[in-house]
Amino acid sequence: MSYNAYITKEPIDGADDGPLAGRTVAVKDNISTDGVRTTAGSAMLEDYVPPYDATVVERLKAAGATIPGKTNMDEFGMGTTTETSNFGPTENPAAEGHVPGGSSGGSAAAVAAGEADLALGSDTGGSVRCPAAFCGVVGIKPTYGLVSRYGLIAYANSLEQIGPIAPTVEDAAELLEVIAGQDPNDATTRDATDEISGRTPDDDIRAYTFADAADGDVDGLEIGIPTELLAGADEDVVETFWDGIDELESKGASYHEVDLPSVEHAVEAYYVIAMSEASSNLARFDGVRYGRSGGYDGNWNETFARAREEGFGEEVKRRILLGTYALSAGYHDKYYKKAQDARAWVKQDFDSALEDADVLASPTMPVPPMERGESLDDPLKMYLADANTTPVNLANLPAISVPAGETDDGLPVGLQLVGPAFGERTIIRAGSALA
Amino acid sequence: MTAQAAQEREHAVVIGLEVHVQLETDTKIFCGCSTDLEDAESNTHTCPVCLGLPGALPVLNEAAVEAAVRVGKAIDASIPEQTRFHRKNYYYPDLPKNFQISQYDAPICQDGELEFTVEGERRSVGIERAHLEEDPGSLTHQGGNIDTADYTLVNYNRAGVPLMEVVTEPDFRDATEVRAFLAKLEEVLEYLGIFDATRDGSLRIDANLSLVDVEEVDEDGTIDDDVLAEANRTEVKNISSHKGAEKALAYEAQRQKNAVKRGREVEQETRHWDESRGITVSMRSKEEEKDYRYFREADLPPLEVSHWKEELSIPELPDARRERFGEEYGLNEEAASKLTTTKQVADFYEDLAATFDPDLVATWVADELLGELNYRDMAITDVEGRLDEIERLVELVATEEITAKNARETVLRGMLDDGDDPDAIVDREGLGKTQRDELQGAVEEAIEENPDAVSDYHDGEGGAINFLVGQVMQKTGGSADPGDVNELLRAELEE
Ligand SMILES: [Zn+2]
Repeated sequence: MSYNAYITKEPIDGADDGPLAGRTVAVKDNISTDGVRTTAGSAMLEDYVPPYDATVVERLKAAGATIPGKTNMDEFGMGTTTETSNFGPTENPAAEGHVPGGSSGGSAAAVAAGEADLALGSDTGGSVRCPAAFCGVVGIKPTYGLVSRYGLIAYANSLEQIGPIAPTVEDAAELLEVIAGQDPNDATTRDATDEISGRTPDDDIRAYTFADAADGDVDGLEIGIPTELLAGADEDVVETFWDGIDELESKGASYHEVDLPSVEHAVEAYYVIAMSEASSNLARFDGVRYGRSGGYDGNWNETFARAREEGFGEEVKRRILLGTYALSAGYHDKYYKKAQDARAWVKQDFDSALEDADVLASPTMPVPPMERGESLDDPLKMYLADANTTPVNLANLPAISVPAGETDDGLPVGLQLVGPAFGERTIIRAGSALA
Repeated sequence: MTAQAAQEREHAVVIGLEVHVQLETDTKIFCGCSTDLEDAESNTHTCPVCLGLPGALPVLNEAAVEAAVRVGKAIDASIPEQTRFHRKNYYYPDLPKNFQISQYDAPICQDGELEFTVEGERRSVGIERAHLEEDPGSLTHQGGNIDTADYTLVNYNRAGVPLMEVVTEPDFRDATEVRAFLAKLEEVLEYLGIFDATRDGSLRIDANLSLVDVEEVDEDGTIDDDVLAEANRTEVKNISSHKGAEKALAYEAQRQKNAVKRGREVEQETRHWDESRGITVSMRSKEEEKDYRYFREADLPPLEVSHWKEELSIPELPDARRERFGEEYGLNEEAASKLTTTKQVADFYEDLAATFDPDLVATWVADELLGELNYRDMAITDVEGRLDEIERLVELVATEEITAKNARETVLRGMLDDGDDPDAIVDREGLGKTQRDELQGAVEEAIEENPDAVSDYHDGEGGAINFLVGQVMQKTGGSADPGDVNELLRAELEE
């Protein structure tokens, strides 16, 4: 059956050899591919064909990967279910009738269904980890600055990273190894060798190698479990989460509970910042070069408005309007500035919790995959589902989602491990004990 | 105050400027595209970054920041520890992203000042801030303005050229001061080697102008902020030169005064300077409070610049150089001024003054060369490649190989009008010292050998001089100019 994992199926061949030779890597449709249309799931970009490759695409090609196509996603990454796509929803191969998560739902579904060996997603507030969790696969959100965003169509540029989705942690780590590293075209990429931190820093990050860390060795690993991130989760999910922790414990890890009081405000802060940035990032789509142009009555301003009204979907318009409002004179301090303060607080909370723990563990999503259509009418409910993932983006930290098992109803549950900045090897090692 | 009273009051003019200056860098401020746009076909100097394509990211060109820090040094501004970029959000068809990357809370320069001379007086104007931003693209409206045109063409070549916006305090009291300030600003920027006045759109000026009661002006010329805030002001846009600024603001000041005289209130509005008609025109746009929703540009990390001011050097600036020219070369104020208005002229002068008499060189560069160039609407930049020829000309004069009169009237003009080499002109016209000496010899010989013709000449016989001219021509093999020979003979015979 078709899961509608792809928006465009148009293979792009890579180099003859390289670490990914012979493997297929599906690419989320907000990552620019030279000559192959890149829609970001939006009608606005239905006909947009980039004249350049994103840095990660260049790296995939050089590593010998074949890109089978561009995967479905929530419009501009704005959603948790892949249902806001202009190109129809994606089915969850691991739990039919349910959403695959979002916004990188197409990428996770392609991997889960075997339609691609590996995939790239992008994670602004959980968009790699959520679909990985819902589709029963592995997803990594790298430290902000580890992977180049050049060519990634921005939703909220201070928060997002491109990350790998794969059947196993080792596969995901191999893909991360190919895409990670500084890029002169992205001034926010950083030299990991200067940035390494954490309780027991793993020096091998210096070589940007990740796959060899997937050795499943968690002996002596200290896990912190933020109570706040369990409190709001479904009972079923929490139970499966503890199964995962038990397994880690049986392999030599130990855990303690930690407090992250700031995360209570994380979702609000996240949405204010993400929507504000989005209102600016998406301003360029005005009908002149993208979307339907001309044929409208009125002056240029009215024409821009009509093109935007027609080209954007409901959720995108909602977020642009809220973001514009949050940045407006008189509200800027009340919303945007406050959200930035909260962000700093969240960062601080995570950093101090990571002084006594190698990783912080929680359910990736507080709920199992929703039934299709269930959450579309209630945006707030959808936003709250991001409670455990968004704080990690606010703190610029790396996190991995690995399958922890299934609920009694057979729905996949993901376990999230958060590490210190540039602690990718630590979360990969810990995650590889489970998948 | 009643309207009647307001009409009768004397008013002081208050002007503040926002000057946009294109900084000369090889590449654009956030991408690698060349800024050499002269004769470039539309939309050829573009890339994903300056076109604002989805996914493209800006990377700061530090050369633009260096240029700005040099300006900061020249205007004695403070440079922050860190400089940051913000997004200025507004929709306009020339903006590729519908936001402009600019600076907000940490501009590269703050609290500077610029001194200049106006009508013999030294004045100083405060520079509130100067910040970096990207130039938008340019629009060409077909058949009307942006609201009435059939269609509008967008050229993104200019998009991303580094701009510096210099914001002054409202320290100007008339349009003449504005012109003098702008000329000085250009002079300084030119000295710093970061500005090309000949480039189209290299200088763009917006000015705020209002009237306040003269009684409100303190003795030291300052005006209370509250008084300024209360005065209705107009923003005059579309000014592109210092001459234009003087005309536009003189017009606008008079217009406001006339309005007040007729008992009308000055409307707070934006006006457009119509250069060809010499008037300012209301844009008739509803002046809504502009809200640019500034916020940090996360794609550009903050840049540490605290040490840049120390590390970057700037050349000697015009005022200092002028003073030194007076002391070192004994030049008068006027000559020193003329020789220091552009760095290139000053450098050229110093080059020559090292070898030849500084006084003579001053006359030759300041008066003869600049005078002749000015007459032809040319500048030193137009003869950039021929400075060695001009140096040769000065050498010919300095060594008395040719006369100053010939050098000026024949050689320099020939060089500028026909593009000839000075030695070639001297040869062709027989202006050289050797040639003149030979001719003089032939003249003396002819007089000595023909005493009859000489006495005929003194008796007033008209034919005698022609005979003597013929003799000299014969001696020189016909190479001499008969007119010159005639002149020399008469001079010799009259002695
Ligand atoms: Zn460019």
